[in-house]
Amino acid sequence: MSIIQSFPLFNIVMCLMCGVLSSVLSGRLAKRLSLVLVGVAGVMNAFVLRFVTEHGQYTYPMGHFPAPFGNEIRVGSLEALLAVFFCAIMFLSVLGGEHYIDLEVEETKENLYFTMVDLMLASLLALIYTNDMFTAYVFVEINTIAAGAMIMSRNTGHTLVAATKYMIMSLVGSGFLLLGLSMLYSVTGHLLMVDMHGQIVKLSESGQYAMPLTVSMALMSVGLAVKSALFPFHTWLADAYSYSTPASAAVLSSLVSKGYIFLLFKIFYRVFGFDFVLDHKVTNLLFVFGVAGMIIGSVVAIYQHDVRRLIAFSSVAQIGYIYMGIGLAVPMGTVAAVFHIMSHAASKSMLFIAARGLSDVSGDSKDFVDLKGAGLRNKLAGLGFCVGAFSMVGIPLFAGFTSKVYFAEAALMANGGKLAVAMVALAVSTILNAVYFIRALITIYTPKDGEETKKGTAGCRPPVSMVAALLCFILLNIFLGTWSNSIERAIEAGLDTFG
Amino acid sequence: MSRVRENYENGAWMRFVRFIDGETKEGESEKEKDGQQEDMEKNLRLAKAAGEREAVHADLYHRKRERSLSDLSHMMDQYETWSKTRGMQLFGKIYRIIAFGICMLVIAVLLITVANMPEFGSPDTPANSGEVPGRYIEKGQEETGAVNIVTGMILDYRAFDTLGESHVLFIAACTVLILVRIDHRKDGSLVHKELAAEEDDRKLEPKNDKILQKSAFILVPVIILFGIYVILNGHISPGGGFSGGAIIGAGLILYLNAFGFKKTERFFTYRTFSAVSLFALLFYSVAKCYSFFCGANHLESGIPLGNAGDIISSGLILPLNICVGCVVACTMYSFYAIFRKGGI
Repeated sequence: MSIIQSFPLFNIVMCLMCGVLSSVLSGRLAKRLSLVLVGVAGVMNAFVLRFVTEHGQYTYPMGHFPAPFGNEIRVGSLEALLAVFFCAIMFLSVLGGEHYIDLEVEETKENLYFTMVDLMLASLLALIYTNDMFTAYVFVEINTIAAGAMIMSRNTGHTLVAATKYMIMSLVGSGFLLLGLSMLYSVTGHLLMVDMHGQIVKLSESGQYAMPLTVSMALMSVGLAVKSALFPFHTWLADAYSYSTPASAAVLSSLVSKGYIFLLFKIFYRVFGFDFVLDHKVTNLLFVFGVAGMIIGSVVAIYQHDVRRLIAFSSVAQIGYIYMGIGLAVPMGTVAAVFHIMSHAASKSMLFIAARGLSDVSGDSKDFVDLKGAGLRNKLAGLGFCVGAFSMVGIPLFAGFTSKVYFAEAALMANGGKLAVAMVALAVSTILNAVYFIRALITIYTPKDGEETKKGTAGCRPPVSMVAALLCFILLNIFLGTWSNSIERAIEAGLDTFG
Repeated sequence: MSRVRENYENGAWMRFVRFIDGETKEGESEKEKDGQQEDMEKNLRLAKAAGEREAVHADLYHRKRERSLSDLSHMMDQYETWSKTRGMQLFGKIYRIIAFGICMLVIAVLLITVANMPEFGSPDTPANSGEVPGRYIEKGQEETGAVNIVTGMILDYRAFDTLGESHVLFIAACTVLILVRIDHRKDGSLVHKELAAEEDDRKLEPKNDKILQKSAFILVPVIILFGIYVILNGHISPGGGFSGGAIIGAGLILYLNAFGFKKTERFFTYRTFSAVSLFALLFYSVAKCYSFFCGANHLESGIPLGNAGDIISSGLILPLNICVGCVVACTMYSFYAIFRKGGI
């Protein structure tokens, strides 16, 4: 067995250990440790990705006992690809927001913030790689608590309210997940995904326990939909994203909700089998709510005059896109959904970082009236915001465009009714996206009356780390938008062996 | 020739332009600015005192405050009348009915599902008769060296879950620390000045309670000893790290309640908490990483299982139980202490 095959295990344990270690370090050291950790994890996962594309997927027992008795992780090319990508986004988000973490988190608690970052990465990696339902649940717990802590680490009244809202909604979601999981265990007698699937196939053939199976699938879907802020459950999202420190907002919007969606993929493909899901019409339900989210999220975003809230509500719409992709119930739809997970993560985290850079030069205000001309005062943040907005609207060359093309392609393969609805929803949502993002762009590039536009305001030089992060984000977006073919093929190949 | 429209300012185009500019309130804040020059100057002075950076943006701060104040008064007005409108009252009623209906529906569905589930406790349900529980029961003692099968399961068969679970406890404690710990800078000043009063408040200790002290004097050693016993015998008899740790934590909390922080701080401070959690969790991670790695690569881990039933047996389970116990005890005690006085 090659040493590379052990890298996922090392990664998870390494993240857990660094998280614990950070709690006794000083804030500065913890920050450095965290950045190094995320970087190293990304590189190690890149090796895993190369290994998996050459040798095919493998399972890795966690301990001396073979699969159904002990724990197991399963590493395929889709998992490795997403792991690399998540590490990259995490690195850039923390790098871009580190200056503001210093400012906004109490100095004595900064190390604990990075404890949360490290443990968050551990939980994301474990969610991506695990092949066992209960392990997934344990790491969902870590993920939830870490996300709550990251929201409230900027200690203001708003963030406390936001964290409370988040915790209530998210714990309801966890509760549903656990209920569904324990029902499934008591009718199958297994916790390992593959063995659960075997039992479910047998049960659905014999028609036994049909009701508990359906209900458990519904409970798990609802639970994960609540946690990933699908449309009617999105109420916690706006406050959580708009008041927390920018690194938290970036990580939450681009990674936390995506981890849960990936877990839902696993449950659909690996535990129940996609045919079973289709038979029970769960995809239709997700389709309806996804489409509703796409439209309503965008409409609400138009009414916002706070740039961070605007981006947050745009997230609701984008999550809707992903669920619509799953709901189309064609293979291409899932490919598009996975691709959109990546393109949304790349654009949204950049938007949050750039928006903070813009309000930095506008007297720390997030309101459009004050943001007038901010793009001229902080050129790079303006450019970042511009690229992110273009990507979210779906302008060619940027990541969002490609995923919209894939969604349209997938819609063409779906059956009649869904084809029409999906196409119309895509068109309407794109126009709505354009309305609020172009408005934001015009605002930040309109010089203020009587202001010298040439010179930047003194004392508003953006921190170096943020400049680096924004440049990387811009490149990543253009890369995803122009080189999408290879990534799409990799996702397709990964999905083939995923189930 | 076209005529100049009278209400040009309110035409669709101008409204659109204002929307683009982000002026939602018809530029009210701009007009009011002149009338409140005095206020503005005062604000400037305040801002100067707050620092140069703010002074640059004093105008912005002023406008921001204006806006939030006007928003607030507007909202308060709306809030008062809004809930009394007929539409809202109707909505409130419908909302309650629908919420009640959905709750009842979910309860009904869950009850019907439970009725359709395999009978609880019956020996031939999938969860009781499957191959996995079968192997745990038949070979558990032989393979893990633990007489207590449950301990063998959570710390050997499924040790990865327990690794995650003990970090859940740790991260929960850290979250509470972020939320309520009151911090001092190196020079002893508070990071947040507003919390000074609260800190004083939390220093209030209960009056000496003789009955509590006498009974704690007898009970605490017994409780802590019993906790240690439960942890050390986790692999032989019912119990283990989680339950033993909870018992020790309860003992510590009782001690704290009876004798106050001064006495507990002699042996349990924040340093103790972080040191104990750090070493316990790091040892757990390293030990399990080693054992997972050996297991996956089919290597012998070289850890003897010993004689089932002895105290020193069953390989890594005993040290891991001790680690889990330490983490649980520390977490329980620190939760209580943090909520009581904002620090350990």
